[in-house]
Amino acid sequence: MTTLDTDLRPPEPSRLVVFWRRYRRNRAALFGLALFALVVAMALTAGIVAPGDPLARAGDPLTPPFMDAAVPLGTDQLGRDIFAGIFYGARISLMIGVVATLISIGIGVVIGALAGYFGGWVDDVLMRVTEAFQTIPNFVLLLTLVAITGSKIEWITVAIGIVSWTAPARMVRAEFMSLRGREFVDAVRNLGVSDAAIIFREILPNAMPPVIVYASVIMALSILLESALAFLGLGDPNYASWGNMIGQGRAVLRTAWYCAAIPGIAIVLTVLSFSLLGEGLNDALNPRQKK
Amino acid sequence: MPLTVPPILAYALRRLIQAAPVVVLIMIGTFLLLKLAPGDTVDALVGDMGGADAAFIERLRIEYGLDQPVWVQLWRYMVKLASFDFGWSFVYEQPVSTVLMDRLGNTLLLMATSLSLAFTIGVLLGAIAARRAYSLSDNIISTLGLVFYATPSFFLSLMMMLIFSVKLGWLPVGGIKTIGAFYDGWKHVWDVALHLVMPTAALSLIYLAFYLRLMRAAVLEVAELDYVRTARAKGAGETRLMAHHIMRNALLPVVTLLGLQFSTVLGGSVVVETIFTLPGLGQLAYQSVIQRDLNTLMGIIFLCAIIVVVVNFLTDLLYARLDSRIELK
Repeated sequence: MTTLDTDLRPPEPSRLVVFWRRYRRNRAALFGLALFALVVAMALTAGIVAPGDPLARAGDPLTPPFMDAAVPLGTDQLGRDIFAGIFYGARISLMIGVVATLISIGIGVVIGALAGYFGGWVDDVLMRVTEAFQTIPNFVLLLTLVAITGSKIEWITVAIGIVSWTAPARMVRAEFMSLRGREFVDAVRNLGVSDAAIIFREILPNAMPPVIVYASVIMALSILLESALAFLGLGDPNYASWGNMIGQGRAVLRTAWYCAAIPGIAIVLTVLSFSLLGEGLNDALNPRQKK
Repeated sequence: MPLTVPPILAYALRRLIQAAPVVVLIMIGTFLLLKLAPGDTVDALVGDMGGADAAFIERLRIEYGLDQPVWVQLWRYMVKLASFDFGWSFVYEQPVSTVLMDRLGNTLLLMATSLSLAFTIGVLLGAIAARRAYSLSDNIISTLGLVFYATPSFFLSLMMMLIFSVKLGWLPVGGIKTIGAFYDGWKHVWDVALHLVMPTAALSLIYLAFYLRLMRAAVLEVAELDYVRTARAKGAGETRLMAHHIMRNALLPVVTLLGLQFSTVLGGSVVVETIFTLPGLGQLAYQSVIQRDLNTLMGIIFLCAIIVVVVNFLTDLLYARLDSRIELK
C-alpha cells in the first residue's frame, strides 16, 4: 500500500458492500445463496415453465424421468407431471416458510422483548409459558392444532409459526437483558422516552442480528414441518407440495422410486440452502463471534 | 438438630418445584385445546352410540359436568390429569391411560436407542472434526452433518426402506416384531432389534447433526483456553489433552442440547413411527388425529410433556455433576 498524497480519507464502503465482502468469504455460504436463488427462481417461474394446473394429468402414469420431453422428470401414478410439481412445490414451500417464519419471529420478538426488558414477574410468567411450549413436542402440537383447525394452508402456516417461536423468544430475551442496562438506554430513558419506544426503536435494532441469522434456521424447520405434515396426508390437498408428492410416491416406492426421490432431493437442497445461508449471515452480521 | 440436606438433593428439589408451574400451564393448555376443538365428550359418546334424543343428550351433558362454568370444568380436568386419568378413548373402547401405557415402552425404547446413538456418534465425530479442523476429514464430516440435518426424516426412512427392505431384503419393513412368529427369549430380543434398526438409524442420523456441529464448535472453543495451553506446556500428549482436559468442558453445551432437543426428537418419532408402523406414542398421535380421538391426543401431549420434564430434570442433574461451577445451593 502506498501512502495517500491527499488528506482525504478513502470513502467508507457502504454497509451493504461490507456485508457482501464478509458474506462472500464463506464459500459454502455462496453455494447456499446460489441454491436459494435457484429455488426462488423456480417458485417465480412456475407459472411460465409449467403453465396449467400442476395437479392435472399431463401424460401416461408412471413415465420414468428423461423418457418424454413433455414430462422431463416423469409422472406419478396419476399421470401428474413431477417437473411441474417440483416448481409449484417450491412456491408453496417458500411461501409457508417465509410467512411462518415471520409469525414465529413476530411472536418471539414481542414475548422475548417484554420478558427481557421488564424482568421480574413479567419475565417469570412469560418464561413459564415459553417453557410450556418448549416442553410439548412441537410436531405433536402441530398435529393437534391442525386436527382442530383443519388442513387449510393458512391455518397450517399459522400453526407452524405457533409451534416455533420459543427459540427466537429466548434469544431476544437474552439480548434485551444484556442491552437494557447499557448507557444509551439510560440516556434515552432520561430524555423521557416511553418504554414502547425504547423497546422497539432503541434496543430491538441492536438485538436483531442473531435473530435474523436464526430466521434461516426457522425457515428450514418450517419447510421440514410442512413437508412432514403433507407427507402424512394432513397438508392442504389443493396445492402441489413436495411432502405430499413423497407421501403419494410411497405407494409406488417398489416400482417407481423416483416419484418419492425427486421431491425428496428438492427438500434436502432447499433446507441445505437455508442452513448455508444462515452460516454466511452469521459470518457477515456477527463478525466477532467467530475467531 | 438442623436438618441437613445434601446439596445435590436440594438442587434436585428446587428444579422439580420450578417444573410444577410448567406442568400446570400444560394442563390448562390441553384443556383449552379440547374446548377449541369442535365437538365435546358427549358428541363423541352420542356419535359412538349412533345417535340419541335431545333430552338424553342434555342429561348426559349434566352427568359429565359440561353444564358447569368453565373454571369448574378446568379444575375437574386438572384433578383428573394429575391422577393420570385421561378419560375414555372412543376409538379403542378403553381408558386412554391403558392405550398409552401399551405404547409407551416402544417409544421409550426407540428414544433411548436413537438418542444414545446420536449423542455418542455426534460427540465423537464432532471431536474428530474439531481436532482436524479445516482438513479433508473435517470437511467430509461437516458436509455429511449438514446434509443429514437437511434431510426430512420421512424421506430418509423411505430411502432406507427402499434400499434395505425392498432391494436387499435385509430388514423388515415395519412393525415391532414378526407377527405370528411368537418368538421368546433371545430370539424375541433379536427380532425386536432387527425391527428397530431402521427407525433408530433414521432418527439418530438426523439428530446426530445437532450434536456434531455443537461439539465441533465447543471443542474448537475450549482448545483455545489458557488451561489447555498450560496442560500442553506441562507435557500432556494430544490424546490425554483431549480425553482429560478438553472433552469434559466441551461436553457441557452438548448435554444441555440433549435435554433441550429431547422434545423435538419425541416429535420426530411421530413421523418415523408412522412410516415404520411401530406401535408407539408417535404413531398413536398420528392415528388419533386421523380418527379425531381428541382424548387420546391430549393424553399423549400430557404424557410427552411429563417425559420431557423428567428428562430435562435428569440432564440438569447430569449437568450439575459435570460442571462443578454450578452452585447447588
